[in-house]
Amino acid sequence: MIEARGLSKRYGKTLAVDNLSFSVTPGRVTGFLGPNGAGKSTTMRMILGLDTPTGGSALIGGKPYADLKHPLRTVGALLDAKWVHPNRSARGHLRWLARSNQLPAKRVDEVLDLVGLSGVANKRAGGFSLGMSQRLGIAGALLGDPQVLLFDEPVNGLDPEGILWIRKFMHRLADEGRTVFVSSHLLSEMALTAQDLIVIGRGRLIAHSSTEEFVAAATENTVRVRSPQLAVLRGALGRTGVSLRDEGDSLVVSGMESADIGELAAANGVVLHELSPQRGSLEEAFMQLTGDSVEYHTDLDAPAAADLIAAGK
Amino acid sequence: MTLLAVERLKLFTTRSPWWSMLAALVVTIGFAALMAGTSDDTAPMDLAATQFGYNFGVVVVMVMAALAVTTEYRFSTIRATFLAVPNRTAALLAKTAVVATLGALIGAVAAFGSWGIATLITPEADLALDSPYAWRAVAGVALVYFFSAVIAVAVGTFIRHSAGAISALLIYSQLVESLVQLIPNVGDDIYKWLPFNVANNFVTGDPDPSARPVEFGPPPSTAELSPWWSLAYFAGFALVLLILSIVSANKRDA
Amino acid sequence: MTTLLATERIKLLTTRSPWWSTLAALGLTIGFALIIALNASRPAEFEVSQTQFGYQFGLMVVLVMAALAVTTEYRFSTIRATFLAVPNRAAALLAKTGVVTALSVLIGLVAAFGSLGVSMLVLPDAPLALDSAAEWRAVIGVPLVFGVAAVIAVAVGVLLRQSAGAIAVLLIWSMLVENLVTLIPDVGQDIRNWMPFAMSEQFLLGPFDERPLGPWGSLAYFAGVGVALLIAALAVARRRDA
Repeated sequence: MIEARGLSKRYGKTLAVDNLSFSVTPGRVTGFLGPNGAGKSTTMRMILGLDTPTGGSALIGGKPYADLKHPLRTVGALLDAKWVHPNRSARGHLRWLARSNQLPAKRVDEVLDLVGLSGVANKRAGGFSLGMSQRLGIAGALLGDPQVLLFDEPVNGLDPEGILWIRKFMHRLADEGRTVFVSSHLLSEMALTAQDLIVIGRGRLIAHSSTEEFVAAATENTVRVRSPQLAVLRGALGRTGVSLRDEGDSLVVSGMESADIGELAAANGVVLHELSPQRGSLEEAFMQLTGDSVEYHTDLDAPAAADLIAAGK
Repeated sequence: MTLLAVERLKLFTTRSPWWSMLAALVVTIGFAALMAGTSDDTAPMDLAATQFGYNFGVVVVMVMAALAVTTEYRFSTIRATFLAVPNRTAALLAKTAVVATLGALIGAVAAFGSWGIATLITPEADLALDSPYAWRAVAGVALVYFFSAVIAVAVGTFIRHSAGAISALLIYSQLVESLVQLIPNVGDDIYKWLPFNVANNFVTGDPDPSARPVEFGPPPSTAELSPWWSLAYFAGFALVLLILSIVSANKRDA
Repeated sequence: MTTLLATERIKLLTTRSPWWSTLAALGLTIGFALIIALNASRPAEFEVSQTQFGYQFGLMVVLVMAALAVTTEYRFSTIRATFLAVPNRAAALLAKTGVVTALSVLIGLVAAFGSLGVSMLVLPDAPLALDSAAEWRAVIGVPLVFGVAAVIAVAVGVLLRQSAGAIAVLLIWSMLVENLVTLIPDVGQDIRNWMPFAMSEQFLLGPFDERPLGPWGSLAYFAGVGVALLIAALAVARRRDA
């Protein structure tokens, strides 16, 4: 159980995290979603006691991180796979971590086995690929068999096999009843991994719901209709109170299923040339939601880009 | 020419050359002011005393020059450099030239700044630049800093780690050379030929430093070469190190 | 605390720099003692203190090694992993100081007696028996000075967090700044006499004339500087974002 209460962090003039409150429940994978620079890593670092909040507090199982005795037995975290001395072996890295929280030395070999690094346990970590480093980081997080796990962008830069492995791994951890909190800037990835979502932009909470609800709310379902008798159809649809939008020679209807639109057209004797349900893309919806809160705008959204191209021909 | 411009840009878009310059100038000129301000009849101000911070400047210039190379290795920008300029010898020579020129510039500003402030504070002291010695004592600092920077770039290229390069340069120049003197019988004879001691001879030698009150200022040198041969010896030492380091950079994987 | 000490011991000895530092420190000091002994012309006048001339090499290496033990943790962000495992930062850093200091004392011990040993081998006729307090101090003082130097270097490393900066400050201070101040007219010598590494010299090779403290008082002063720096470093590390 992770709890943030009015968490804020200010760096000079910029407010990186702005009065953030949420809780993360056990037994589920909770995604922490937001564009780059939204304040995800800063929030995680404050939860873990690395950074001091400017305001508010973060608790793990009701306690601040610093008050945990043998914290690695309660919380496992992978914030950055590169937090390893390059000249230390994988086993050496885990050995000192284990010793610091009085965990038995045999636990080191167990977690190495668990993440599939037994074969390279005595190789220096500096020579590891990103995927191997990530596995070593996860081994470190699992060392104390903790009930709470935090992962910051764990699939960044991994190959498809590595991504699949991590995704399954997190599901397994949640199924064992642990609290799993994982950040990402990719909604498509989170839609596959997380059951709950906490969405932030520019340090502020945007949404806190189940992934299904968020995806349903975020992606508007519409139906595109084309007809030589568009005026008649518009009149008929207008009387039902659904919202309509013109797009070239077609009409975009939201709030009515395609079957109902077809029957309405038949009842009014309207010929249809097209009746196609449109599904909004997740990424588009996410961009719309967090659009105002992206830290660096490219100023090249689609219409502007089109203008530029037209001007440059 | 392009390469020089590139290396100049690289150097001045990081922070370490700026604070090195600041540290070197503040300390050397500050010491000169302190020396002039506290001088009296028993310890009159002289040219050597204006260059009191000389040794400190050498050290700061060497740290700056070594970092200019080792930080490239640390952040792997040396690879980007070698991608942009596959001729490694040319790239490293350009870097050496830019860094050493900055070293000389720091030396010139520090030396003349120190001399200037001392002249202002103690106008009655004999600080005129009216002999070959006087010019070497002040302007010569720039030349010594130039070749010290070359040595540091070479050591940085060779060792590639900031910590190692800085330790080697400082421990050698500040400790090894003077400790060698402690070796009975042969110590002094070896010391006469050690590069930094010889370099000191360029700024302090001829007339024999022991004839002047030079306890305030660059350490008097025991080298037996003439001042200009001393500089040539120091420069030769720097060049040999530079050639060795460039050969090794060409042989190694970047 | 024993857990933390064991943790830091594993951390220190599973990287390479302490090993080559130990080797360099011992090689340089004992090697220098050997060179001096081999060149001694009048063995009968050879003194115990002459066997320890190379201690400054070891001292510099210890300063570098101890600073690196901290700054590399910042460089590779393992300090964050450390603070995750041990949220009590003061305890974690104290344990590190303890381990690094212990290794430095050990290096000093081997270096000092090693230097004395090779000198005795080369110059069997030299009066190198340790039969006065000053002679004991010259030898046994080396590990003590190395230990305090390690505390100072760890503290500077924590404060600056950067290898290049910490090493430059430590070496420039100990080898150059303390000697340069001597040259300031009137007050230079007095200022120098109160500088920490000058105090360590007074402890090892003194008593010299006109020093403010006796040998053991000087060591206490030197250690006091180390403790003060360490306290400042711990306070800063607690407040700073890791």
